[in-house]
Amino acid sequence: MVAFILRRALLAIPTLIFISFISFVIIQLPPGDYVTAYVAQLRQSGEYISAIQEAQLREQFGLNDPMLVQYWRWISNIVLRGEFGYSLEWNAPVSSLIWDRLGLTLAISSVSLVITWLIAIPVGVYSATRQYSFFDHFFTVFGFLGKGIPDFLLALVLMWMAFAYMNLDVGGLFSPQYQNAPWSLAKVVDLLAHLWIPLVVLATGGAAGLIRVMRANMLDELGKPYVETAYAQGLSESKVVWNYPVRVALNPFISTVGWALPALFSGDIITAVVLNLPTTGPLLLQALKMQDMYLAGSFILILSVFTVIGTLISDILLAWFDPRIRYA
Amino acid sequence: MGSKIMTKSPVPQNPMPAERLLELDDVHVHFPLREGLVKAVNGVSYHVDKGEVLGIVGESGSGKSITARAIMRLLPKRAAPPTGSIRFRPRTGEDFELSGLDRNSRAIRQVRGRHIGMIFQEPMTALSPVHTIGTQIMRTVQLHMGLGKVAARARAIDLLAKVQMPRPAQMVDAYPHQLSGGMRQRAMIALAISCDPSLLIADEPTTALDVTTEAQILELLKSLQSELGMAIIFITHNFGVVADIADRVSVMYLGRIVETASVDDIFYAPKHPYTQALLRSIPRLGVDQGRRLPTIPGMVPDPFSVPEGCAFNPRCGHAVAGLCEVRVPPEKRFGAQMSRCHIADQFVQEPANV
Repeated sequence: MVAFILRRALLAIPTLIFISFISFVIIQLPPGDYVTAYVAQLRQSGEYISAIQEAQLREQFGLNDPMLVQYWRWISNIVLRGEFGYSLEWNAPVSSLIWDRLGLTLAISSVSLVITWLIAIPVGVYSATRQYSFFDHFFTVFGFLGKGIPDFLLALVLMWMAFAYMNLDVGGLFSPQYQNAPWSLAKVVDLLAHLWIPLVVLATGGAAGLIRVMRANMLDELGKPYVETAYAQGLSESKVVWNYPVRVALNPFISTVGWALPALFSGDIITAVVLNLPTTGPLLLQALKMQDMYLAGSFILILSVFTVIGTLISDILLAWFDPRIRYA
Repeated sequence: MGSKIMTKSPVPQNPMPAERLLELDDVHVHFPLREGLVKAVNGVSYHVDKGEVLGIVGESGSGKSITARAIMRLLPKRAAPPTGSIRFRPRTGEDFELSGLDRNSRAIRQVRGRHIGMIFQEPMTALSPVHTIGTQIMRTVQLHMGLGKVAARARAIDLLAKVQMPRPAQMVDAYPHQLSGGMRQRAMIALAISCDPSLLIADEPTTALDVTTEAQILELLKSLQSELGMAIIFITHNFGVVADIADRVSVMYLGRIVETASVDDIFYAPKHPYTQALLRSIPRLGVDQGRRLPTIPGMVPDPFSVPEGCAFNPRCGHAVAGLCEVRVPPEKRFGAQMSRCHIADQFVQEPANV
């Protein structure tokens, strides 16, 4: 097992180098660069900037250097000094921008993941063991609706309802008076009052799909002979179902735990933009639009690291959970 | 379709003889499907005495496995509620009216695994892939015998030794995929006999195994049967296997038992044309070399259109026009032998040439 983890960790290094280079290149592929985007933005607000100033900016940011040099400057700082570079747009270190938002992102995403699982697994099991019952059909309708309605639309509708009928202040995670206030009990209560919309939106979308997955897995497993064996042993239905087919049907969930990690970090970008959440997703979107390559690149690099680690965690969990994989 | 639920046939009130373990009387299992009603089990009666091995032979789809599942109350959910009476009296002496029990009732759960053990055709898939065989055996033992973890584990190791599993103390922690097919079936048998059942239902337990392993498993079942004194219902489509293990044999065709007899009578004095035809189609060493093996003409009819009268009449060489395709043959008894054939008497004088 230790050798397996070590080998996988070593393999991750070339993967990450490759991803970081590719993403750095792709961010810069669109015509123009950060200065072009910046100048265009200034023009829109009526300010003017001379060609000389533009060239100076490029020189200052090192945008004239060959791409390999820019890449090396960026990546060597990360590896040697742990610095992710400087966001051109925000005029601030990338790390401070990202880590600021990371806490809230992780909180929202992990809570919504837990809620998703708490809904999806029991409902999926119920739907499979009571196939074609009234509630199975009910949850099927719910599942397809949840899957079919885009998250951002659900977010908009919920916001409108909360605002129009319940007179709640929606959008963002804090009321204005708490925005920059230090943490206090009142601020936490305020946070919770705002948090339910993103949680509902993210959990329904996720649960809807997972219910279908769980139901299909369970139906496959329930027909297998080992389930009949368990019944023939005299176990009660609930013992049979939860000890045998559910154990096997959970495998696909466990193998996707790893993807949850990068998903936690990026969050649901569109929903976050609609709900004006101070999470990492909208930050990445903005960075990409502005070709703020150090911010965007660092972002994608961190995502990749999370993906690689997440996959590794999944593999280890799966090996621990399913003996057939352990000995293969 | 839903209105076709049949009223329960009156339960015969005559008491079971003392040696009787299990008695089925006129058991029906029907499947109301979109394409029509499938009478998978269509009036099956048989009995098993204590310590006896009853072989049940039939082609795929003859209803032999479904009958076994009716005993265990483990029918597929799309089956209509089965009718007929199934009575069971294990060694402990209680009387169970299995036909009255619900699929998930507490009473049937006390019978399953404790008084009736069951082994299946595919040892590969019949054991949980994510639990060790020890865990699976321990769960049954803890459930029915009230043993603690340590005692249950000790019993699991004993049981594995009893089914001649090599290195039982290590194998108790093995997962099914680490075992060979024969070893898996041994583990399955250990699981089925873990609570000293009075009856073991073996549903084609050797079909998925190679011949050498099959012989070993049959030997094992025979020795366990005499050691533990349990009865066995041995379901198979292989006459050779039946000859090896059974005391009595029932032959099934399209949801009915067509003939029941002692194993000797089945092989040497069969009184149903279907049994006779089946026996003729077994290849034998040194006989009829260079000639085609006789087969039964025609095909097994599809389950939605079972022939009227005797279901075997279109394929039968002895069929009597105007009788066999009109009336269902009654159960004709010749001592301990039973044949469901209109002209069974004819085979008494001149034993069929088989």
